[in-house]
Amino acid sequence: MDSDLSPQDRKDLDKFIKFFALKTVQVIVQARLGEKICTRSSSSPTGSDWFTLAIKDIPEVTHEAKKALAGQLPSIGRSMCVEISLKTSEGDSMELETWCLEMNEKCEKDIKVSYTVYTRLSLLLKSLLAITRVTPAYKLSRKQGHDYVILYRIYFGDVQLSGLGEGFQTVRVGIVGTPIGTLTLSCAYRTNLALMSSRRFERTGPIMGIIIDHFVERPLSNTALLHPCNYRAPVEEEGGAYAGVEDSQEVCTTSFSTSPPSQLCTSRLSYQTPPLGAVDVCHPAACTAVAHPHQMAVPGKEGGVPQVLLQPSHGTQADHGRAPSCPTADMPHQAPPSSCSSGDADVLSRSSELKSASPSDVLETTFTRKVGAFVNKPTTQVTTASLDLPFAAFAPKAYDLEENDPMVHPPASPTPSSPLQGSLHSQSSSQSGGQAQDDFVMVDFKPAFSKDDLLPMDLGTFYREFQNPPQLASLSIDISAQSMAEDLDSLPEKLAIYEKNIDEFDAFVDTLQ
Amino acid sequence: MNCRSEVLEVSLEGRQVDEALLALLHTILLHRSTGKFHYKKEGTYSIGTVGTQDIDCDFIDFTFVRVSSDELDRVIRKAVAEFKDALGNSGSDGMGQISLEFYQKKKSRWPFSDECIPWEVWTIKVNVVNLANEQERQICREKVGEKLGEKVINIVEVINRHEYLPKMPTQSEVDNVFDTSLKDVQPYLYKITYQITDSLGTSVSTTMRRLIKDTLAL
Repeated sequence: MDSDLSPQDRKDLDKFIKFFALKTVQVIVQARLGEKICTRSSSSPTGSDWFTLAIKDIPEVTHEAKKALAGQLPSIGRSMCVEISLKTSEGDSMELETWCLEMNEKCEKDIKVSYTVYTRLSLLLKSLLAITRVTPAYKLSRKQGHDYVILYRIYFGDVQLSGLGEGFQTVRVGIVGTPIGTLTLSCAYRTNLALMSSRRFERTGPIMGIIIDHFVERPLSNTALLHPCNYRAPVEEEGGAYAGVEDSQEVCTTSFSTSPPSQLCTSRLSYQTPPLGAVDVCHPAACTAVAHPHQMAVPGKEGGVPQVLLQPSHGTQADHGRAPSCPTADMPHQAPPSSCSSGDADVLSRSSELKSASPSDVLETTFTRKVGAFVNKPTTQVTTASLDLPFAAFAPKAYDLEENDPMVHPPASPTPSSPLQGSLHSQSSSQSGGQAQDDFVMVDFKPAFSKDDLLPMDLGTFYREFQNPPQLASLSIDISAQSMAEDLDSLPEKLAIYEKNIDEFDAFVDTLQ
Repeated sequence: MNCRSEVLEVSLEGRQVDEALLALLHTILLHRSTGKFHYKKEGTYSIGTVGTQDIDCDFIDFTFVRVSSDELDRVIRKAVAEFKDALGNSGSDGMGQISLEFYQKKKSRWPFSDECIPWEVWTIKVNVVNLANEQERQICREKVGEKLGEKVINIVEVINRHEYLPKMPTQSEVDNVFDTSLKDVQPYLYKITYQITDSLGTSVSTTMRRLIKDTLAL
């Protein structure tokens, strides 16, 4: 009851609540600016830092908050709410979270206003600082910029949570009991961002909007619900390019691979941005990197004027935004490029198949030697007649030349196992001299930048020539057995010689030490 | 007076241990620190201002808020580093716990030393996991970020129950309640200790007790 509270205490309490409300708004908005906040501790009190916390006051935000409060304080049935929403380049928007400062009837009569309530309000602000970095909107706000911006709206009165979609979560930041009621600070945040994107595009992750040229600083309707088709799953590269082109490609690619295009387009057309609410205006909380954080967007004027302006321009912007990215309309045009890009791999593989198929074809019919890259020699058509087996002398004499001729008997594996053939296009094949070389088809290729000056042969011929060296003499069994016997016989003689020269050996060993 | 005890459990990858513990300990200390007290003649005092700072984690998708005090940050980092070393050297399965205990000192007569009476203990149980590939690490990054968010909400919930807090001391007793050694902020008296759990899951007999911050070291 107010009678229990001294006038001074009541005055203090009202002041605390008022400044608490203003600081709450500052903390929330600053947490959604998209940048890291850093304030300095000061051991000597400055007198202007409410609740012993260094929280900067952005003038425009204070101005908006005061305007929304209009001299009143949060009381029973009248809550102060800060709504955070996301707005994409197309003008679609979505509410992300709503922070509510409410007062209920439960009073704590015996609490000391000047100290306990003040300290607890300070604690609550600290909790708010911590919690604002935890809700999903924080990560989104840190990534805002080209694709979307984060806006805030302050209103006073009944809490409106319908814009948060289904399944929104609530987190209570804290409560502070006062003699006139209990203050509760809580946040209701949307959870179905990822669900929407995964439903449409079968991808998870944070939502990114359309890339925009500049963010719009107009007031926003408080009940606008962003349409799901505007949610894009994140692309691999952060949005660098602009507007319609990349977006339409993205849309196309996505619709191409996953969701049916008609669904996207029709659903886009079926939703319209609802008209503005009465007094409520939205203000962009984000600033471009260039702008000073304190230069917030100037809020729209009150009254009917912004409403009138917003509707058509919003509509046209939405249309404009709609057109380039409407999937069905653009599908026939975009399909070739996207199919090119996505089907590049297919094209490549097809061509490589072709190439790989060609040698076998060629082997059986005409024999064409194609020259590899960087080689100056012109392409020569080599017919069967002019081809002789290089180094035929090295081939074992047991083989008939004709038998060995690949023209008559194509190799067992016509497709080249060596990658050289496919890539360098050269297709001469020959059996090497050895008997166990069936798996490899020798390639007579001209390696790039190779020179013939050292030896009158190139690498291929060198390889062929020395591929089957004769057996080492010592490895042949007869010879080795022979030498062993000889060694054993000569051992006693050798030992006798060594014993004779023992002094020499000792002297040698001494020199080593 | 009963000591309030809260336990938080986290499963992390090795390289996330530092940041996760810093995040949680700093979040607690943010709520348990005030500005510096300046006592005036009439028994009143004024309180300095506490600044805050956003810290992004490198290995976790998470940002936390800490008080702007490099001194305090150094102390906490040192404690966390020691814990992490102990965890690594223990040869256990990577399980341990680190405790942040807030206490009050109660002066006793000589020859008895001052009593340290804890009034709130936060225990963070850490379980280190090893991940096989980069994809798992990426998932872990996000998951641990979400988990830490939940822990922060837990911490805030406990703190906002407004249960026992030491009374504001007079000038002569301020050192029994607060740590006045830092020049920019004044946390409640606290100490950080840790235990490494061996593979049997029980406390190791060689429980290591490190008093990182104890103004009375006798």
